[in-house]
Amino acid sequence: MNARPLSRRDAIQRIIAASALVATFDLRAVVPAGATPGLGFDPDLLKKEIPWPRLLTEDEKRIVTALADVILPADEFGPAASAVGVPDFIDEWVSAPYEQQVKDRKVIREGLAWLNGEANRRFGKAFPECSVDAQTAILSDIVAEGTAARKQARSFFLLFRDRAAGGYYTTPEGWKAIGYTGNVALAEFPGPPPEVLKQAGLV
Amino acid sequence: MPFLSTSKTRAERYDAIVVGSGAAGGTAAYVLAKGGAKVLMLEAGRKYDPAAETPMFQSNADAPLRGVATPEKPNGFYDANIGGWVVPDEPYVVRKGEAWVEGAVENRMNTEQNFMWWRARMLGGRTNHYGRVHLRMGPRDFKPRSTDGLGFDWPISYEDVAPYYDKVDEFTGIFGSKEGLLNDPDSDFFQPPPKPRAYELLLQRGGKGLGIPVIASRMAILTKPLPGRAPCFYATPCGRGCSIGANFQSPTVLIPPALATGNLDILTDAMVREVTVDGQGRATGIHFIDRTTGEEGHVSARAVILGASACESARILLNSRSAAFPQGIGASSGHLGRWLTDSTGSHMGGQIPALENLPLHNEDGTSSMHLYAPFSEAQARSAQAMGAPRGYYIAWSGGRQMPGMGAMSASHVGELFGTRMKAEARRYFGSFISLHARGEMIPNDKSFLELDPDQKDRWGIPVVRFHFEWRDHEIQQVAHMQKTFADLIESAGGKVSGGPVKDPRKAMTTGGSVNHEIGVTRMSARSEDGVTNGYGQVWDCPNVLVADGGVFVSNPYKNPTLTILALAWRQADHLLAEMKAGNVAAPA
Repeated sequence: MNARPLSRRDAIQRIIAASALVATFDLRAVVPAGATPGLGFDPDLLKKEIPWPRLLTEDEKRIVTALADVILPADEFGPAASAVGVPDFIDEWVSAPYEQQVKDRKVIREGLAWLNGEANRRFGKAFPECSVDAQTAILSDIVAEGTAARKQARSFFLLFRDRAAGGYYTTPEGWKAIGYTGNVALAEFPGPPPEVLKQAGLV
Repeated sequence: MPFLSTSKTRAERYDAIVVGSGAAGGTAAYVLAKGGAKVLMLEAGRKYDPAAETPMFQSNADAPLRGVATPEKPNGFYDANIGGWVVPDEPYVVRKGEAWVEGAVENRMNTEQNFMWWRARMLGGRTNHYGRVHLRMGPRDFKPRSTDGLGFDWPISYEDVAPYYDKVDEFTGIFGSKEGLLNDPDSDFFQPPPKPRAYELLLQRGGKGLGIPVIASRMAILTKPLPGRAPCFYATPCGRGCSIGANFQSPTVLIPPALATGNLDILTDAMVREVTVDGQGRATGIHFIDRTTGEEGHVSARAVILGASACESARILLNSRSAAFPQGIGASSGHLGRWLTDSTGSHMGGQIPALENLPLHNEDGTSSMHLYAPFSEAQARSAQAMGAPRGYYIAWSGGRQMPGMGAMSASHVGELFGTRMKAEARRYFGSFISLHARGEMIPNDKSFLELDPDQKDRWGIPVVRFHFEWRDHEIQQVAHMQKTFADLIESAGGKVSGGPVKDPRKAMTTGGSVNHEIGVTRMSARSEDGVTNGYGQVWDCPNVLVADGGVFVSNPYKNPTLTILALAWRQADHLLAEMKAGNVAAPA
């Protein structure tokens, strides 16, 4: 709070300091005792503190990990979902005390149970123990027209997929995968480069 | 209770007490302190320091739940706001169907609840997160009744306010382009606007064919440095606030130089209950409650300036009851609490195939639109033909924004998974746009606030009860917006998502939810027609002044903040002159 002119260099230095802070976040959940707490009206915006306890069991987390990796595998676009913390994010999301997340929790937990049952029925193993081909076969079945699997698991699958994709594309690795190149300080905003103008039909 | 000052001791009596620390209170405190007046600012919320608290560069993965909205943070985790549609212990009452209920967090497109009231409880108020759209009201906007016979004229004109628009523009900073439009005055202080993004160029080209001008937006964001403030570095959404002061925000722009004068003291966590008066009906000070301890306190001053936000200031006046003012200060004309308006709002999404799979490039920019569509004469004629007498502007968002939970468009990737899904997510990323409009509501006599006869908040202050109705003028305006959105999206080569909504009532925002709620302490040329004079001085009690949007007589499609800043500055200059002239008498 002073009137000293702030140079662009100072400003960038300040930002770099702030960025460094991000990298050292303590990601351990802080779990107070008592009723399920929310984030509150005035959380510290520079810290990621999840005040609610995680609800998924170890078995459920294994299914989440396997499923997220079939949906978002390692490929030319980027790493697999499990490599960027998506399973932990799903646990964080479904454990949250808010209306939307509580609704999602029910759908996702029931869906995970269904998925294990289906894997056992078809392949005699829990979903995470199945081969990727077998896991893929189950998902292909869910999205194929007229199958029983579609009837039973389509809405779960799409909900889970969209939450997992949200968790994935919000990470820096996800940015690369989807093609987001922003969040960097620029001296000037250059506008669209010539090749963009050309492809968009603007020249 | 934190006490911020250079003196560290609270004065016995101040020249002025300013209630609120946002656009109105911040400006009043700045101008008065600079002018040599001893000022005490009371803020209901906590101390807030954008330099230390703003999440710059954080990704959504650095936030709980990837930063999505929760009932406690309705604009998302990183929003620079404490409070929102609900403030703990401070309810308000709205109409839902036939019943009066407590205002709740609702989808703003669900108009079943008649009104939503956004409140901030932090130093700087809503300036910390607002849209920074700074549009001057034009000559016609001050004289709407003289123009089309509807609503009411202001007692002041564009010429009265223009010098203060200049002062504010120079001080806060603004970018824009000179266009010479009839009712959208230019500024001599425009900094260069940032270059448009690809989708904005498509909208501009499409608009040309439709007769809709698409020009540089006008935003209180620096593209060139000002003293003590760095220009925008084109990253980090403005809604988070700005630790380097590149956008206008009261705690980075108004409050530091006001404190530096040595004439300003600030009490935070001070919830104002009422303005106190002496036996002759002159204001003597403010009665407040310390939110951290519940203790009551009183502070004295020669003048009281209310800048608590329009509805909160009206509530304070209505609750300031005494023998001299049995219905509250400013209530004698019957206008206190009446003529409540908000901007109309509507939106439509679209997808532009020409933007699919574009070469990678950074479109963050200032995080807001770089172009917008003001209301043209041609649009005015076609809207009037549909029964919508007043205007609106169209703005937008879209393109390659920092990914949030919805970054992958579920509707466009179908039921894919695996690498094929990831390829489609990448293909469609950045190809979506969302248009929104903000339009003028004409004041009506079914839209007003009053104190609830029974309910009080935790501090013992009666709560506000809201009456609100959109009229045909507004509903037809939204129908025109929907039609224009679809035309504009298609003219840009896009496809409308979902299609225009047939019933305009289902495509418009709930009252209050655009956050432009104003008009409840309107100014007037004659004391019987309003609550304050043309300077915001309460007719019944001239050492009480209203500095916020309460004094607005009309609510043009220009976003109120810039005009609040200009009017508050003009008012403070007037008050300084009145104090020097001895016209603001010391209370007995």
